[in-house]
Amino acid sequence: MIQNKDLIQYILGISDNAMILGQRLGELCGHGPNLETDIALTNISLDLFGQTRSYLQYAAKLKDDGSTEDDMAYLRKEHEYKNVLLVEQPNTDFAYVIVRQFLFDVYHLLFLEQLSESKDQQLSAIATKSIKEVKYHVRFSGDWVKRLGDGTKESHNRIQAAIDILYPYTNEFFEASEVEKLAMSSEIGVNVQDLKTEYLKLVTQLLTEATLTFPEQVYFLSGGKQGKHTEYMGFILADFQYMQRTYPNMSW
Amino acid sequence: MSEAEIKSLEAIFEQRIAQDQKIEPKDWMPEKYRKTHIRQMSQHAHSEIIGMLPEGNWITRAPSLRRKVALLAKVQDEAGHGLYLYSACETLGISRNELYDQLHSGKAKYSSIFNYPTITWADIGAIGWLVDGAAIINQVPLCNTSYGPYARAMVRVCKEESFHQRQGYEIMLTLCRGTEEQKAMAQDALNRWWWPSLMMLGPTDDESVHTEQSMKWKLKRKTNDELRQQFIDQTVPQADILGITVPDKELKFNEERGSYDFGPIDWEEFWQVVKGNGPCNKQRINARVSAWDNGEWVRDAAVAYAQKQEDKKMATAS
Repeated sequence: MIQNKDLIQYILGISDNAMILGQRLGELCGHGPNLETDIALTNISLDLFGQTRSYLQYAAKLKDDGSTEDDMAYLRKEHEYKNVLLVEQPNTDFAYVIVRQFLFDVYHLLFLEQLSESKDQQLSAIATKSIKEVKYHVRFSGDWVKRLGDGTKESHNRIQAAIDILYPYTNEFFEASEVEKLAMSSEIGVNVQDLKTEYLKLVTQLLTEATLTFPEQVYFLSGGKQGKHTEYMGFILADFQYMQRTYPNMSW
Repeated sequence: MSEAEIKSLEAIFEQRIAQDQKIEPKDWMPEKYRKTHIRQMSQHAHSEIIGMLPEGNWITRAPSLRRKVALLAKVQDEAGHGLYLYSACETLGISRNELYDQLHSGKAKYSSIFNYPTITWADIGAIGWLVDGAAIINQVPLCNTSYGPYARAMVRVCKEESFHQRQGYEIMLTLCRGTEEQKAMAQDALNRWWWPSLMMLGPTDDESVHTEQSMKWKLKRKTNDELRQQFIDQTVPQADILGITVPDKELKFNEERGSYDFGPIDWEEFWQVVKGNGPCNKQRINARVSAWDNGEWVRDAAVAYAQKQEDKKMATAS
């Protein structure tokens, strides 16, 4: 049996991906290329924060020391956040936003489909609910990959550049951390290594359709799951934690 | 069309409005009616879109997950309002791109209130409470306005705005029941947003150029001064419940009138902000213009892709 403290760590790993990506998307609100994409990206951010709340409420309950979802979300040190490096990458331009989203969404859906079969009923329920939302995310980002890839020369070049930069962060999804291994052996967690083949198949299919390719020589980057983040993370947290750090112990 | 024919059409048109019938996009309408509606509806749509910016400013820093989700949803609602107000406006024969051009070039106006900065979290509460509160007072009568697409859009807008208003007030209530520091933050926000909110109801009646015509077309049911009084009478007791003070030394309940008397509004400030000299006018327009310019290659790509798909379909069909 997995111990509560490990299960909490496992949940944080899942919810931090949703939370940090939601935070990145939140930066874009009001600045999208048109109103429709603005609304769609905000919607995805909302879904991700909604999922974050479900996970963190559960984690806070497991912690059983009076902690709230906000304590779990806001009051950790940078190295205690366990999201993958991909989701903290910046909104360099719309192509980066879409590629980051697409590379995450495809993984996210595969992951949730497995998590919905978890022995942990709570996690299974959250996953089942989230799948409906993430199916839409995959469709949205996938459609835009096609539009940008097979649109104009400029859009093709821009999105190809974004893929070249962001693709090296994808292998981290499939590198199981210690806590992921523990959760997996208790039939609670997902075997992330097993998702890789299907992931590559799906992503390659769509990139091919969009006349895009993976970079040829890739040195994969990882570390987020161990709490070793990029330089961007400190700034994300500076914004994210600002109120909770400046005005501690207050209700909002 | 002869002048006599136009006169007769106009008479029928005015009669329909007097009988509370809706005017629909394909109906005949006087050119002035069309132009006035384009001006007002686009101004309204632009206000929704510009209004996303001061509130969007706090999305990444919202103090709790619950507040963050609510704020995201609120700003998304505003984008939605903008979207269907632009669509309603397009039924009058103007394109969304033309409307954007008018906003970006400064030709079209938007609500001046959004040229003020949101510098603390309490501003998000104050905007919901005061700005959405004043907007509702302006907008509820529009649910019965004569132009059908506008009236129907407003029914939905008003429902969502009143939800936002309650949410804003609840933020203020939480702050006022919190620590001294939080209460001070709420008071400071009220100090900064009170007067601009009163200005939102428009210039005084003797300065308002469009009132008479707008009343006739049911774009307006009450004058600016009447609406302002209604806003003050409704809002002051709410401030009392919060336990914060409206920043007007002359504010006093007048038993005889059954309304609050209030001090003079600084209209010089109002006109300066309208003219573009407010604290954030330039930043707001720059943010919109750069979002639009930076998005050009994206929109071009979408058009090119759709064209390619269309061509493929044609090729397979032939």
